[in-house]
Amino acid sequence: MKFLRIVLANLARHKRRTFLTTAGIALALFLFATLRTVVTTLQATAQFGSARRLVTTNATGIVFVLPLSYAERLRAVPGVTAVSWANWFGGKYGDGKRFFAQFAVDAQSYLAMYPEMTLPPEQREAFFREKTSVIVGRRLLDVYGWKLGQNITIQGTIFPGDWTFTIRGVYTPSNKVLNDDMLLFRHDYFDERIGRAGVAGWYVVEIDDPNNAGKIAKTIDDMFRNSSAATKTGTEQAFNASFATMWGNVSLLMGTIGMAVVFAILLVSTNAMMMSARERTRDIAVLKTIGFSDRVLFGLVMAEAAVISLTGSFVGLGAAKWLYRATNFNGAGFLPGFDVTVGTLLFGGGIALLLMLASGLVPAIQAARLPVVVALRRVE
Amino acid sequence: MKIPLIYNARSVLQRPVSTALTALGIGLVVAVFIGMLALANGFRAALARTGSARNVLVLRRGADSELASGVGRNEFSIIAASPHVASGPDGRPLASPEVYVLIPLARPGDSTAVANVVARGVSAAAWEVRSNVKVSQGRRPESGRSEICIGEKIAGRFANTGVGETLRFAGRDWSVVCHFSAGGSAFESEIWGENEQFMPVFRGQVFQSVTFRLKDPAAFAEAKRTLEGDQRLTVDARRENEFYAGQSQLLESILQVLALLITSIMAVGAIFGAVNTMYAAVASRAPEIAVLLTLGFRPRSVLASFLVESALIAALGGLIGALLALPINGVVTSTTNWTSFSEIAFSFRVTPGLLVAGLLFAIVMGVVGGFFPARRASKVPVVEAIR
Repeated sequence: MKFLRIVLANLARHKRRTFLTTAGIALALFLFATLRTVVTTLQATAQFGSARRLVTTNATGIVFVLPLSYAERLRAVPGVTAVSWANWFGGKYGDGKRFFAQFAVDAQSYLAMYPEMTLPPEQREAFFREKTSVIVGRRLLDVYGWKLGQNITIQGTIFPGDWTFTIRGVYTPSNKVLNDDMLLFRHDYFDERIGRAGVAGWYVVEIDDPNNAGKIAKTIDDMFRNSSAATKTGTEQAFNASFATMWGNVSLLMGTIGMAVVFAILLVSTNAMMMSARERTRDIAVLKTIGFSDRVLFGLVMAEAAVISLTGSFVGLGAAKWLYRATNFNGAGFLPGFDVTVGTLLFGGGIALLLMLASGLVPAIQAARLPVVVALRRVE
Repeated sequence: MKIPLIYNARSVLQRPVSTALTALGIGLVVAVFIGMLALANGFRAALARTGSARNVLVLRRGADSELASGVGRNEFSIIAASPHVASGPDGRPLASPEVYVLIPLARPGDSTAVANVVARGVSAAAWEVRSNVKVSQGRRPESGRSEICIGEKIAGRFANTGVGETLRFAGRDWSVVCHFSAGGSAFESEIWGENEQFMPVFRGQVFQSVTFRLKDPAAFAEAKRTLEGDQRLTVDARRENEFYAGQSQLLESILQVLALLITSIMAVGAIFGAVNTMYAAVASRAPEIAVLLTLGFRPRSVLASFLVESALIAALGGLIGALLALPINGVVTSTTNWTSFSEIAFSFRVTPGLLVAGLLFAIVMGVVGGFFPARRASKVPVVEAIR
């Protein structure tokens, strides 16, 4: 620690350069953490889902519906403990600029099946009681400044007309990956308004034992194979994963940009370290003359590089972690639960070490090997 | 008097490593800048080219996508009989009632990953109405048969999409009889078949949209008024090209915001690099600058000279960046267009304008990064520096 003063003095020699280099590293790691978090968030979304929930959709595609009469038959399948259903609504609120998902759900069975959606019992009761009531996510309520008991009107695009609902409940997800800006309204009301078509977009099936998931899914699909609408059943996780894969190779894109960012900052900081070492050739020679060993000088230059890259990455990674948590960022609903993971922080730390080595090693070796006589002669 | 440019060029070459590192740093920023905007560009281009200003797309009123729409047979007859619809050589109206659905196709190599591909059931008139659609391989599907034609962009991106192969969806086997091109538009990401074949297997007796050719391209407003005002119809009429261009807005703006956000953060880092480099250059050349000032060069000229030097390094970086980004031109990628919820494949488009923008961006970084060091140079205290 006795050399700390020398390291600090060296860093303070060009305060501006030290600051700019550190800030540059901080920015790069902030960006890196952000890009990587996009990828990890998509992965987390793809892995969300209870092992005890299966999703049954129309085999022809997600835009096709299933008859409501399937519910009874699904309930009768051995191993199935509960059945619920939902429909995608696809309406617009206000100018429609901000998108949020709306679903018509079978109220009682749906909330029972998703304990992750927590809301006070009296709001739950109100939702069950009133046919035109809705429950909305906490974020949605905040974004639009809605209040409990307020009436809101949604314009249907798939199901035309004005749909007016009363907000009777606000849910908060206990699992962050679950979106907190959805609107849920009652399927019986939906069915009534579209002329008792008796359709469900998809079924959620709760099973007693996750180990039987494959077997039960097959039983269900076999049962409906020759019905009016064949089904495709899979775990909820697979259902969610299929949405995540629709982004295509976004992970590759983010990864490539992240690499470019890290590499660019590597160049900048290496350059800065080399410049500062070059300017100090004389200082190093003097230190050597008064008895500092080669090893100590090597350490001094490396320590300087370490202070810059570690401080920079600490600030950058910390800022990313803090900012996204403080602003509750969710990528306009596309990236629910956006939070910098520990893995990303460790990865960032690894990059910081790499930066330290890459930018410090060459100048440090040069400093250690510097022949005193030559250096002193060259300077004066 | 101005300091000659050759002075800067030689000074830059005096410090090859430092110059190269700084330029490369700026180059990477420019490469990411060009690459991301090329992505947004390609996406927009694909949708902007979809559809023609001479065509009108009719959807059920209030529907903002073909998926959400429904048009009955009667309504189609009324639309087709409108005097605004052009007629083909055979005297039949150039109007195509279409079935539009999404079908899940597994991405090759990963059976759990699916993409929702558009399956469009068209009438025979569709091939005339969409004048940019051309069969590039094989022959058109024949009426009354389970035959399909596959857009060039997705042919090969999914299994069983080659001509002569059989693709299974909606519980039936469909023989692939052709591939078609459509001038790089989003149609190239679709599967086309006959509407009468698609109707029974998908949604029953309803079309999703009607597209027709205007008899008089200038009479769009009038055609729109007539159709929307018709008591027997509840429809919205839009120009086909405007409708598809509108579908690109959401994703395109996401991409653009992302591009600007990422590159501006990167740019700040690169500018810091340039600042460091230029300050070091000024510091190590203080005696030289003092000599220039003694010789009678004005401080203003010194300032300009160092700014030029910084811009020069940055321009070099810009060139490197443009060269790095150039190979991605034409690379095909795909994603889901969340507005229409369908898979769309498109190519990165690096345009000359984008390259120039990248170069300018680099020079701006250089000038911004070089300004304070250059000002320092112009204020070098002559006597002290020379001693």
